[in-house]
Amino acid sequence: MSNVKISTGHEGNAREQISAYLQRVKAGEMGVLPAMAALLVLAIIFTIFSPTLFLSNINIANLFVQAAELTMLAVAMVFVILLAEIDLSAGVTGGVAMAVFFLLYHAHWNWVLALVIAIAIGAAIGAIIGFFVAKIGVPSFVVTLGLFLGFQGLQLVLLGDGGIFQVDIPEITAIMNSNLTGVQGWIMLAVMFVVSAAISLYDRARRSKHGLPNRPISLLIAKLAAIVLIGGIFVSILNQNRSQGVIAIQGVPIVIPITLGILFLGTFMLDRTKFGRHLYAVGGNPEAARRAGIKVAKIRILAFVLCSSLSVISGLFHVSRLGAVEATAGRQIVLSGVAAAVVGGVSLFGGRGRLIHATIGAMVITIIANGLGLLGWDAGSNFLVTGGVLILAATVDALSRKRSSSVRI
Amino acid sequence: MDVPVIELAGVKKSFGPVDVLKGIDFKAYAGKVTALVGDNGAGKSTLIKGLSGVQPYDEGVVRFDGEPVHLHSPRQAGNLGIEVVYQDLALCDNLDIVQNMFLGREELEQGTLNEAGMELEAQKALQSLSVRTVKSVRQKVSSLSGGQRQTVAIARSVLRNAKLVILDEPTAALGVAQTEQVLRLVRKLADQGVAVIIISHNLADVFKVCDEIAVLYLGHMVVQLKTSETNHADVVGYITGTKSLDGNE
Repeated sequence: MSNVKISTGHEGNAREQISAYLQRVKAGEMGVLPAMAALLVLAIIFTIFSPTLFLSNINIANLFVQAAELTMLAVAMVFVILLAEIDLSAGVTGGVAMAVFFLLYHAHWNWVLALVIAIAIGAAIGAIIGFFVAKIGVPSFVVTLGLFLGFQGLQLVLLGDGGIFQVDIPEITAIMNSNLTGVQGWIMLAVMFVVSAAISLYDRARRSKHGLPNRPISLLIAKLAAIVLIGGIFVSILNQNRSQGVIAIQGVPIVIPITLGILFLGTFMLDRTKFGRHLYAVGGNPEAARRAGIKVAKIRILAFVLCSSLSVISGLFHVSRLGAVEATAGRQIVLSGVAAAVVGGVSLFGGRGRLIHATIGAMVITIIANGLGLLGWDAGSNFLVTGGVLILAATVDALSRKRSSSVRI
Repeated sequence: MDVPVIELAGVKKSFGPVDVLKGIDFKAYAGKVTALVGDNGAGKSTLIKGLSGVQPYDEGVVRFDGEPVHLHSPRQAGNLGIEVVYQDLALCDNLDIVQNMFLGREELEQGTLNEAGMELEAQKALQSLSVRTVKSVRQKVSSLSGGQRQTVAIARSVLRNAKLVILDEPTAALGVAQTEQVLRLVRKLADQGVAVIIISHNLADVFKVCDEIAVLYLGHMVVQLKTSETNHADVVGYITGTKSLDGNE
């Protein structure tokens, strides 16, 4: 037996760790960096051209709320894009489920029960898509394009032509329109900090138990400090009064903790459970996954179930923002959802991408619409810029793939 | 002689009217590297697919450690301790070495993936094969060379405590140095008491590393003999059908 120790990537001091990370970035594993850079550049541009409006408290709060629907849809989409599949029906699936929600509520059902049924309908639609894709072998593009067309009709059938119907459930409208109290906002940040620290410390303990090296603790402290600093800045901005009227509007919008919670659960599942690992494996090389004994069809179906269920949450955010259901919900947003995921760095070729990527991508697309709107540009230029950014992002992805497959260490 | 790890007797397989395997007898022993050679269409792949459970045989007896078994599915073959390292390696480029080595058999601790435990075992498996070329077990497989990928694929079978490892053309796509490295690995694997079967077209490699050579010719097992008792020219003769054990050349 040889005594040559193979490293685990956790060795070395902070400087060596950082330089190893930079090397991976150079080799093409850029992850969320390009989207982060885009976000920063756009924020700087809009701050320069529209300093009073863009960085105003009300606009920052608006940005988060505006991004919520798209974020949730893009996050939903990640699960199927990771398998190199697509769900063009995600938007209208949310629309159909919320239409049913409205009808049940209108028939005097308890709204919580109606919402549970709406999400279950989403899950069932996902299972049907997954069945056609995984068991019968119809391309997901075709199945979901069919549903995209069909569900637009179903929405009209359910709600009637051109209908917009008010939903006056305070708990639902509160999601997008009400805020946490100042104290609750800080508690939210504290929970994030504690969960993040606890998981990292648990991982370190587990590695030590197996006699494996750990990354320098200074890196963990830096990460936690970043959470406190960046989170603290946003919470304190959001906690200031942003109303131009008499009644104060302040606090973290309720949609933010809900979105963060779903992001946390989803990321936990992808990174730390067998299902998550198998999802990445099927996305990377389905044949290898099959030979490793992974039930590929089951993973595919579950991915579509997750996608469609989370699409209903996105639909719920939409209803909450409008305070109404509409028969045309979900048509426009779906392609922006795909764009957000791709802009954030989720690869359409499958196997690469994380939920945070979709979140950042959704922020980029939202900030373009928001910023250009503040500058008084019309909707046409918004589409043009968003399209350009999407193509740029896809190019970066393609080039980095080329790079990572040609660089051999 | 000890009981062979795998023994085939009178194995047949046909696809419709085409008889691909016409009654094969074959043995592979623990600690020995057995080459399976033959020209294209001789039935090598079909023989291997039967052993891996992907395409069960039509007829014949399969004995594993002396016990008759029926190989119906890859999972069942895997449970017995039969591992196949395919030519295209079946690795996920987007995952790292540890993740690939434990794919489909992830270890859990308190319901979540036990990354630390798996990392340690992967490290041990690679070290038991004296692997020196891999820098980090957390490297993505996409960043590995052909030889390194082969190494990971073979180490995966060590991790699974395989009793029989079948390598399909392990050196086909490799350069000289990498071929050397993989052959050393194969020897090391056999020295740990694993029965190794290598399918290869490269007779130089076969003579370098194998203890026995089995030659298939058009669905028949022409001969299975010790490497030390034959030579390059004879084996070529068996493969091309110009020579058979009856002695008529």
